[in-house]
Amino acid sequence: MFKKKIYPAPYSKIKNNSDKNTKKRCGVYLDYASTTPTDERVIKAMAPYFKEKFGNTMSLHGFGQEAKEALEKSREGVANLMGAKASEVIFTSSATESNNLALKGIALARRSPCLAGAPAKRVGGGGHVIISSIEHACVMESAKWLENQGFEITRLKVDQYGLVNPDDVRKAIKKETILVSIIHANNEIGTIQPIREIGEVIRKKSEILNLKSKIYFHTDAAQSFGKIPIDVNKMNIDLLTASSHKMYGPKGAACLFIREGTKIEPLLHGGGHEFGLRSSTVNVPAIVGFAEACRICQREMNNEAKRLTKLRDKLIKRVLENIKGAHLNGHPEKRLLNNVNFSFDFIEGESLVIQLDLHGIAASTGSACSSATLEPSHVLLAIGLKSQEAHGSLRLSLGRWTKEKDIDYVLEVLPKVVKKLREISPFK
Amino acid sequence: MPIYSKEIIKHFKNPQNVGEIKNPSGVGEAGNIYCGDIMKLYLKIEKNKKGEEIIKDAKFKTMGCPVAVANTSLLTTMIKGKKLKDILKIKKADLIKKLGQPLPPSKIHCSVLAADALKEAIYDYYLKNKIEISKELEKEHQRIIKTKEELEERYKGFQTFEKKILA
Repeated sequence: MFKKKIYPAPYSKIKNNSDKNTKKRCGVYLDYASTTPTDERVIKAMAPYFKEKFGNTMSLHGFGQEAKEALEKSREGVANLMGAKASEVIFTSSATESNNLALKGIALARRSPCLAGAPAKRVGGGGHVIISSIEHACVMESAKWLENQGFEITRLKVDQYGLVNPDDVRKAIKKETILVSIIHANNEIGTIQPIREIGEVIRKKSEILNLKSKIYFHTDAAQSFGKIPIDVNKMNIDLLTASSHKMYGPKGAACLFIREGTKIEPLLHGGGHEFGLRSSTVNVPAIVGFAEACRICQREMNNEAKRLTKLRDKLIKRVLENIKGAHLNGHPEKRLLNNVNFSFDFIEGESLVIQLDLHGIAASTGSACSSATLEPSHVLLAIGLKSQEAHGSLRLSLGRWTKEKDIDYVLEVLPKVVKKLREISPFK
Repeated sequence: MPIYSKEIIKHFKNPQNVGEIKNPSGVGEAGNIYCGDIMKLYLKIEKNKKGEEIIKDAKFKTMGCPVAVANTSLLTTMIKGKKLKDILKIKKADLIKKLGQPLPPSKIHCSVLAADALKEAIYDYYLKNKIEISKELEKEHQRIIKTKEELEERYKGFQTFEKKILA
């Protein structure tokens, strides 16, 4: 049973488990934060771009122009959902790539002259970058790489709910600061940052410091884009990362919003695609799918948000009521509408995930028994969890095909599984 | 290939010999709370008519990943009713082999914890009964203690890491 389990999420099934008389559901997928199935409507929109409209966007002939037109239409579709101009959006292959481009691209374009071409690796000589301590690994690691290249990095602490204090951003900014990057909604605990306020603080502080060049503000919105309203202008954002496969589009497409006039260096050089910022033959089918996914999210966002918030709150409330030693990680209100994250005392997360998997529920954990370092999630540690608490964490993330009966099923299975694992645990 | 073999899932779903033994002959502990795996193994050792030491009962409790749980369960089934002198010969490689597939490197440490807990339990039994401890077992005991200390040391480094990101 363990071998070939597929999760046909949109077509959730119930099957009877013959050896025990319990109803066993195959495919309660509650890991939408890790990836989502591609919506049928998206697949339909993509289909022609594999075979009939397969052209290269750089070709001059009809095939090429057809692909080019699809690309530019897609750019508009994606830009619309964030209130940007189409010319401010470039497509990449993943949110990781977008985040790498944002951090390294800005840093390279803005490094101080002493470092440009000079061998000196003076600490902080490159410029100053501010991030939070709960960024996604691709931002954390890019920042670490920049640190090795001579940039100074400030990692802002967060409170017990995972919130960055805009005032801390203000205090951290200095005249060498070139970039601030704060994740919009955290991928593990779902905490939504006060992005508009942080953007405002950055603008005001740069005015006070009377800086010649602007401090750019980047946000990684891979988890929030398509789920909650985002307006890059109202929210004072200069760069924004969004990803297709987190919002029912295909994998292999993502984008970076880059405000007009932003100085940024490309990471990939070549044929000059995407306004010279990202050379590579354009993945037209995936991008068309990404845009279609954006249009669907735009139309359905309001209703979907209400529906998922209700399900999320039911799940949180019931688990905290029914399971002793269960704690909610992240903010109780300023939280992504599809994210639930608990810690359970005395049990280990990986065992919990596998137990749930054996019951047909797909979830994830911040425990890292299988990681090389044995260190649990840096996000959970940053909000003050002890490592043993972080090892007992469970993330359930809801999505388009999550039904109330799925939540009820989890509420039935989870207490049993937690009890079972506690019975074999040496702690009480 | 999935991380977990059929054998691991079998033991993980229905772990054998879970629990504690009152007045055990020996107790062994292995692992570290900080890396998320910790286990306690209880042994009841009695002598048979020939005067040979037999594992009358073995029970365990584990907080850990599926591999750690499955491994301890597997180990208890392997040692129950066996002679102590034979059990001392069980190697870590035997356990890993019995779990049915090559484990990824990151999972090896979980799978050897059970064997360590067993050695510690036997060490404890010898110590309690003032039986001479072989050089080999003494060496193993020292190694296990050292690993524990190393993990705690690593955790200290880890705390500084926490402080660093919170600073």
